[in-house]
Amino acid sequence: MINKITAKNLSIGYGEKVIIKNADFEVKNNDIFIIMGASGCGKSTMLKVLTGLIPPLKGKFYINGTDYVDADEQTKLNIMKKVGVLYQSGGLFSSMTLAENVALPLQKYSTYSKKTIDELVSLKLALVGLDGFNDYYPSQISGGMKKRAGLARALALDPEIVYFDEPSAGLDPLSSARLDELMQDINQNLKTTLVVVTHELSSIFAIGTNSVFLDAKTKTVQAKGNPAQLLKNPPNEEVYNFLTRGKHHEKRAE
Amino acid sequence: MGNINITSQNKTVTVVLQGDFIDFEDNSLLQNITEVMPENISVDGQQINKWDSSLLLILFNLNKYANQNRISIENLNMPKGLIKMLKLALVVPEHLNQETLPKNESLLEKIGGFGLNVWKNLVTGVNFTIVCFEALWLFIRGKSSARKTDFWFAFEECAPNAMSIVALISFMVGLILAFVGAIQLKNFGAQVFVADLVTIGTIRIMGAIMVGIIMAGRTGASFAATIGSMQVNEEIDALKTMGISWAEFLVAPRMAALVIAMPFLTMWADFFGISGGAFVGILALDIPATEYFEHAFNAWSMKNFWVGIFHGFVFGFIISLCGCYYGINCSKNADGVGIATTKAVVSSVVWLIVATGIITFVFERLGI
Repeated sequence: MINKITAKNLSIGYGEKVIIKNADFEVKNNDIFIIMGASGCGKSTMLKVLTGLIPPLKGKFYINGTDYVDADEQTKLNIMKKVGVLYQSGGLFSSMTLAENVALPLQKYSTYSKKTIDELVSLKLALVGLDGFNDYYPSQISGGMKKRAGLARALALDPEIVYFDEPSAGLDPLSSARLDELMQDINQNLKTTLVVVTHELSSIFAIGTNSVFLDAKTKTVQAKGNPAQLLKNPPNEEVYNFLTRGKHHEKRAE
Repeated sequence: MGNINITSQNKTVTVVLQGDFIDFEDNSLLQNITEVMPENISVDGQQINKWDSSLLLILFNLNKYANQNRISIENLNMPKGLIKMLKLALVVPEHLNQETLPKNESLLEKIGGFGLNVWKNLVTGVNFTIVCFEALWLFIRGKSSARKTDFWFAFEECAPNAMSIVALISFMVGLILAFVGAIQLKNFGAQVFVADLVTIGTIRIMGAIMVGIIMAGRTGASFAATIGSMQVNEEIDALKTMGISWAEFLVAPRMAALVIAMPFLTMWADFFGISGGAFVGILALDIPATEYFEHAFNAWSMKNFWVGIFHGFVFGFIISLCGCYYGINCSKNADGVGIATTKAVVSSVVWLIVATGIITFVFERLGI
């Protein structure tokens, strides 16, 4: 089976500044794939590259087997239609209601009638637990609700892949756990592949089925695999320290 | 009060710290050590009683100096807290490397860099303008992904909501123009020509320029701030990943609204500018109303009127492009929106003046 995403020799950064070099990883169908690492290691930059917001410095990545980097604009657009993104702040358009936000991609890319779009919007909002919030503006709802509304918009076109940028950021533990459950539900029931950028250990172990660890010091991918397995058999101290919140260091200090 | 004893033997300096180091200042320690040029430094903190950041600073500077000059340094018998804080302060930031350090550039490099930067900005600006005009063309043909409500919302902001401030400023400018003109014309007993001066000046250029400056400060700044906030809030990233053109969705409706509103606002400003002149002429300079308006009507020419409207039309493009450009290129931090807004207003005003100069020159050559 073709991997959902394959990164080959991927180097990312800004201008001449390399953040991660020669990254190789595969995201398999129906994975909840975690991109993890300490703050500033390049997780969000990796997400920007994978969502086509910035080009890689070197190397390629394939989505559903199609080379994204060298693809023409139309191919890129076709690929991105199958992709949803949930931004750290939700990325909702503040001048639009939640319903208008969710309807936007449907109006742009689907051929549904207005009535069907309205119904689909209500369905997507209901899926994320925001039934009845159609006419609310983003400024009128809480941070957790904004993320769920952002997720409803990301799911509008029934994407095959959904990217999440720090989904737990700014959420209380309960809201964070609910969002994790929602992500698992989507992954299991809609068969959507999720790529999650996070450093939240509870989320990593709760939902991650596969992962990649980015290291700022060496600017490379330091580990790949199931997060729980990585904790059992850490390939190096950096990964172990990260996955145990530095317990190793503390013990040694004692 | 703290005391620092320094002894030197065989290229080894021993520093003994004694007493209370609260609000302590000492500049001689590092100087003395630099003179000795030791190979080893040993700092003993056994007799330190109390300490605060002032002692930490002294030790930090000493350790940094030693590390930079490859001198071996030992911090012995230090209070536990002090040594921990010192270790924390001395950790080299992981991401600090040569790429992020500021470079020492020569004057020639700086001039070259400035030139390259100007060229880069020019190319970016031209590309941005082309993309926006393409989006506007799609919008006019009804083929863009922009929402009509965004257009009407922007139009409401640009036209009805701006009318009162435009009326007030234009009236005042007409009034000032009449007073200033009257002072000179009085010398020749030709005060009645104030009507000609105000009418021609307002409809040909002043009305449009005043509207331009007001709208640059009001609407241009608003465009930059709104779009800049969207950039900070990742809304523009969301648009891009949804495959929706930001130019079509955000710039085209605003540009269309302002370009349509500007000629009407110019007419509105003309009316109030002339009214301001009439107010001064009739009430302050005692020119009979019939005579004033006769002169004003005689001075009125459709050619000048259309020149003013043309200015307004061009200014609409300039202000909307500057506002949207700085909004789209806003950096994603707290300062970003403020900087984008300032740049949008300043560049709009500069380009308004440049455009006025070019239009005036061209029309003068064409005899318009």
